[in-house]
Amino acid sequence: MIFPALFFYLFSGVCIAAAVMVIAARNPVHSVLFLILAFVNAAALFILLGAEFLAMILIIVYVGAVLVLFLFVVMMLDVDFAQLRQGFIQYLPIGAFLGAILLIELVLVLVSWTIGPDVQRTIATPIPPIASTVNAEALGHVLYTRYVYFFQAAGVVLLVAMIGAIVLTLRHKPHVKRQNIAEQVARTKATAIDLVKVRPGQGL
Amino acid sequence: MTIGLGHYLTVAAILFTIGIFGIFLNRKNVIIILMSIELILLAVNVNLVAFSAFLGDLVGQIYALLVLTVAAAEAAIGLAILVAYYRNRGSIAVEDINLMKG
Repeated sequence: MIFPALFFYLFSGVCIAAAVMVIAARNPVHSVLFLILAFVNAAALFILLGAEFLAMILIIVYVGAVLVLFLFVVMMLDVDFAQLRQGFIQYLPIGAFLGAILLIELVLVLVSWTIGPDVQRTIATPIPPIASTVNAEALGHVLYTRYVYFFQAAGVVLLVAMIGAIVLTLRHKPHVKRQNIAEQVARTKATAIDLVKVRPGQGL
Repeated sequence: MTIGLGHYLTVAAILFTIGIFGIFLNRKNVIIILMSIELILLAVNVNLVAFSAFLGDLVGQIYALLVLTVAAAEAAIGLAILVAYYRNRGSIAVEDINLMKG
């Protein structure tokens, strides 16, 4: 029983250290890389909790797509990041003050709560034993039946985000030739051909 | 020693606080602010999955999936706005983003 505790402390310790480095790193590229480390360790924590599907989604979708997108944007923008770091020390006291208040409040919540006695009776979809149903299958049984509308809504959210990102970043440069399909389709014989009669000896 | 629900909630609370702290600390850098928001959402997900595992209810994991979706959409839109703004103004410093004088 020592190994789960050992791995929990390993993964959570690395996760928190990486999260600290995200906000403290001098170079934003390093910040993104530390964020990747934090997310991978959080995925390991999810595996310890028995949520393998979410752990894989976190690595594939989050680390593989979203954080790489962050990396692209950080490297694409040619910004003087040293200048953006000015005021780091200036904001340190108030940030530390507010962070400490928040942490104290969260700790107060953590030490003072108990699980209600009738919670166990109100569980809507109990996790099936891992021997009969793996996590992804159990999740699918619930997600595609009881929560299918939420699933569809998530799809719509992603579609809107995709269209919004394309609309925001697409731009047509004025001096680049582009194909205008409507114009091409609307061509007729009369507008396409111009017959010129050249008289001999006169030229155009 | 066994790892209980409180351990995971503590990790999530620390991650959440680091995220809030990062927003205050890097007030001039929009990219780090976006990354701090990602950290906060990760803390929320850890909370949801921990409760799901220790209460034996699968709905927490469904909810974490939806939070993940919204976080991905938010990151995509936020970075797109950032790129569009940088193209128009040539800067992403937060104090330069005051066109609306809000």
